[in-house]
Amino acid sequence: MYISYNWLKDFVDFALAPQELADRLTLAGIAVESVTELGKDISGVVTGRIEKIDPHPNADKLVITRVNTGEEKLQIITAATNVKEGDVIPVALEGAKLAGGFVIKRAKLRGVESRGMMCSGQELGIDAKTMSAEQAHGIMILPPGTPLGRDAKEILGLNDFILELDLTPNRGDCLSVVGVAREVAALLGRPFRLAEPSFPETGENISGQVRVDIDAPDLCRRYVARLIKNVRIGRSPLWMQSRLRAAGMRPISNLVDVTNYVMLEMGQPLHAFDYDKLVDHHIIVRRAKDGENMVSLDEVLRELNQDMLVIADPSGPVAVAGVMGGLSTEVTDNTTSILLESAYFNPVSIRRTSKSLGLRSEASLRFEKGIDLGGCLQAINRAAQLIYDMDAGDVVNGVVDNYISPVSEKTIMFRPKRATYVLGLDIPKEKASDILSRLQFKVQDAGADLLVTVPTYRVDVSIEEDLIEEVARIYGYHEVPATLPSGSASHGAKTREQSFRTMIADAMAGAGFNEVVTYSFTNPRVFDLMNLPADSPFRNTVKIQNPLSEEHSVMRTMMLPGLLEVLAKNFNRRMQEGAVFELGTIFTPGQEGHPHEERHVLAAAAMGRAPGNWKMQPREFDFYFLKGVLESIFRELGTEDVKFYPEKANPSFHPGRTATLDAGERKIGIIGELHPSVLERYDLPERVVAFEIDFEGLYAVSGKPKVYNPLPKFPGIERDLAIVLKRENQAGDIMETIRKTGGKLLRSVSLFDIYHGEQVPAGYQSMAFALKFQAADRTLTDAEVSEVTAAIAAELSSRFGAQLRG
Amino acid sequence: MEEKLRRIGADALRELSNAGTLEDLNELRVKYLGKKGELTQVMRGMGALSAEERPLIGQIANEVRSLIEKELTTRTAALKEVAREQRLREEGIDVTLPGSPLLRGGKHPLTIVTEEIQKFFLGLGYSIAEGPEIETDYYNFEALNLPKDHPARDMQDTFFISDDTLLRTHTSPVQVRTMEKTVPGLPVKVIVPGKVYRRDDDATHSPMFNQVEGLAIDRRITFSDLKGTLDLFMRDIFGPKTKTRFRPSYFPFTEPSAEVDISCVMCGGKGCRVCSHTGWLEILGSGMVHPRVLEVSGYNSEEVTGFAFGLGVERITMLKYGIDDLRILFENDLRFLQQF
Ligand SMILES: [Zn+2]
Repeated sequence: MYISYNWLKDFVDFALAPQELADRLTLAGIAVESVTELGKDISGVVTGRIEKIDPHPNADKLVITRVNTGEEKLQIITAATNVKEGDVIPVALEGAKLAGGFVIKRAKLRGVESRGMMCSGQELGIDAKTMSAEQAHGIMILPPGTPLGRDAKEILGLNDFILELDLTPNRGDCLSVVGVAREVAALLGRPFRLAEPSFPETGENISGQVRVDIDAPDLCRRYVARLIKNVRIGRSPLWMQSRLRAAGMRPISNLVDVTNYVMLEMGQPLHAFDYDKLVDHHIIVRRAKDGENMVSLDEVLRELNQDMLVIADPSGPVAVAGVMGGLSTEVTDNTTSILLESAYFNPVSIRRTSKSLGLRSEASLRFEKGIDLGGCLQAINRAAQLIYDMDAGDVVNGVVDNYISPVSEKTIMFRPKRATYVLGLDIPKEKASDILSRLQFKVQDAGADLLVTVPTYRVDVSIEEDLIEEVARIYGYHEVPATLPSGSASHGAKTREQSFRTMIADAMAGAGFNEVVTYSFTNPRVFDLMNLPADSPFRNTVKIQNPLSEEHSVMRTMMLPGLLEVLAKNFNRRMQEGAVFELGTIFTPGQEGHPHEERHVLAAAAMGRAPGNWKMQPREFDFYFLKGVLESIFRELGTEDVKFYPEKANPSFHPGRTATLDAGERKIGIIGELHPSVLERYDLPERVVAFEIDFEGLYAVSGKPKVYNPLPKFPGIERDLAIVLKRENQAGDIMETIRKTGGKLLRSVSLFDIYHGEQVPAGYQSMAFALKFQAADRTLTDAEVSEVTAAIAAELSSRFGAQLRG
Repeated sequence: MEEKLRRIGADALRELSNAGTLEDLNELRVKYLGKKGELTQVMRGMGALSAEERPLIGQIANEVRSLIEKELTTRTAALKEVAREQRLREEGIDVTLPGSPLLRGGKHPLTIVTEEIQKFFLGLGYSIAEGPEIETDYYNFEALNLPKDHPARDMQDTFFISDDTLLRTHTSPVQVRTMEKTVPGLPVKVIVPGKVYRRDDDATHSPMFNQVEGLAIDRRITFSDLKGTLDLFMRDIFGPKTKTRFRPSYFPFTEPSAEVDISCVMCGGKGCRVCSHTGWLEILGSGMVHPRVLEVSGYNSEEVTGFAFGLGVERITMLKYGIDDLRILFENDLRFLQQF
């Protein structure tokens, strides 16, 4: 929304400079985004009339003109083709400055002296969008009666500043110069003036010439119409054009300009119909019928339906109410009478209609926010006055005012005590009363309180808190002290689960992983990339109805695709190694009637190897690296009873290098090397390892409290045990057997060597374990330990066919 | 005999002083003091001496022995010292060679900042509340005084799952969920960190981003408490010199409402490109909880008041670390992430 600084002064007197005014408004809740000085770089441009045009002796494309600037006659050479003798134009004199820092100097053009330049609209810094192409790029021709020798900036309204407002959606009343002027008056404590329009009316009363029926009173509470006859279509006066331009609108013709001008000034959109094209001169405000259509002003056939409000005549719709007019009743150069409309349409209906038609106009924007139901008549009268003033037509006697449900005045009690309770600041009753009055609220004394009547245009004010805000914002938020709540004490702490999440993130970062943040929505194609079969439960996703793109159209059911994408992107940027993790949410559709399920998941993926250098061999990010990370995290989190079982059937993973994580009966995750075909599809290197663990599942088996174990008082005995056995036997099973058989005396067992190759028969492997025996209450004897070791060897032999190795 | 002993002593001392290595010393110890050593041999012959001679010779033998032992100790210490000196001389390394690399990870800057915010509010007695990311229209809009067709719904372009289900556009629904759970208990003091979604994707908008919502409900919580709390918060996050400015604004679920600006972290308020030469940066939205929201959640709004605020974690993160491109927060470029 653009507001002209000078236009504001029509309604309130003030001396504040534009930037100061902007700051005051901003701090009162009318945010001013920017202040632009029109004609900022322009100087030395005056109005002049072309007296004579002669050909240039040395150039076909140039002409020699004689321009009268009132004081002087100047010889100016120009290449412009849109000028003729008698035209009044802006002339940049010697030394003048134009848009873009261009300075005018006396010059000789092909041997003939030129003392100045005629200007186009663009050279004067006027926004090209608000002008015809001819005005923008050719010389800007001014109306014939324009006085000569005057500062062109003044004539063209360029001695002005434009405030760009960023209004909050509740302040529809400020979508007008009058609305903002009211704010300025209230803020500065200056009187606000808005004259009642006055103009003579002529001819037979409108009542016999126009009929208005409102068939949809729920969507149209008021319809006011006026008839203008003998219209004289032409250009609007320069001052009106300038103000429209300043607001970013392009002047069209006097009558169209008037409707736009009044909308900008009063906030009430108006529409003009060609009266003679309205069948039976009969306006019907009704819902469209399904299947009905209409060609709109922009020459598009619009399909209508019964949710939309239309203005119709007996033959069919002539406008989509409040959104756009129809082509059939458009005002043209041949129009002789117009019917002016000033109505109140239901904001919700307008909003829906403009949305479903994809049409947003300056008018619909205002109707949506709720215009002043009480102001329709004044606005149409303002238009009539302007039409009279401009001599653009004859205003017919009388007005049609079909006012079905008149506005009911809202009254609210304002209790200064309540204001203090909410604000923590004492604002005396008299002060509050003064502020509300300045904002044009009607205020009556009611004992300790105030009975406040809300102006009809303040549709945003309906409860006491709204009034409290009104008072506070004009009083100034900066006046409110800064305190801390003094009420009941509360204890702030994370829940155990929240702390657990922080611990996991810390542990993963400590283990060398970088945390990433990927989108919760994903491309359904990732399930193909992950090798998942058509009936995979992961493909059962929560779908977004209106996604930005297919790529972000379903909620993720697994985290790994996101992490693989991250690795792939980095790999593509020539990063050879990377280890990333994310603690995120996955989404599964709820069964009928149940909400969708959201689960937290910890996932990690790594490619390449940990850094090495001249001193240290780099370490491959392989299965065992990742498993080591998990084991260390489990230790940190006090996680118990998580077991790794071979997983050969997960299609996303390498069948020989993958494990399921089981916690008791429950499968809580998977860890392994990604399947080569998955890696190929992601353009990843040959090996990537990853895990994905259900957070709640992990949490359930974690958090075992740390309890101190007394340090051993008696020395232990260590024994190595080397065995040879078939390769299909798994270390986990063997170690478990050793532990079980070793019983209480076996304090620890660790696998320190594993070998298969020349030294052992084909299909066999050798494994070497370090066993440590220790008792809490005595020094063990060699004989005891040998006995246990022998028992272990025997058990391994009988269960796995393991042979002791010398 | 005496003469023999003295000669052994003299020989031993001479040889010890010539010994160049610890091995030499050891050999000499064996040669003189060992079981078959010269001194030992001599002393074994003492049985043949007379009773008068024996103590005398015995004393001399002990003298010689202790003389040799003492010299052995001295020489050993000296040679050890020489050997150590030599080892230290030989063992020098190039300390300018790089050290063994450690695998370094780190948390995402958005997490770091979220945790920092949490820490501040935990200290003020707030708990951390959470809620679903797939929300109902009711909690995301209706209960927050945003009925269907409310124009303010346009401020938040929404991803829909169904007519009635959506991806939450803000963390505010958790306000209502928390109050419903707590009513009629007081006070309610929570912050709500979480991901939110809006249908916007350009240089300054990400369709998914992070918010932290704050809510404090009690008897007589005032707008001035909101000011004090956020004032303190901003100084905690951006440094003690940070100034705040409250501007009237509009949110359907608060009344009165305020937009909060802080003095520009780049120029300190003098005006620069980052703050569009205003000296101020818009940082969060806030206000007093709208009476209708309190009533919907079961509180008596005449008695109970409260404030709420919501901020974008991305914005704070960018300002804190001088990041000028929102997109980089979601690109997961390791070269970026490894800086935190
Ligand atoms: Zn700045």
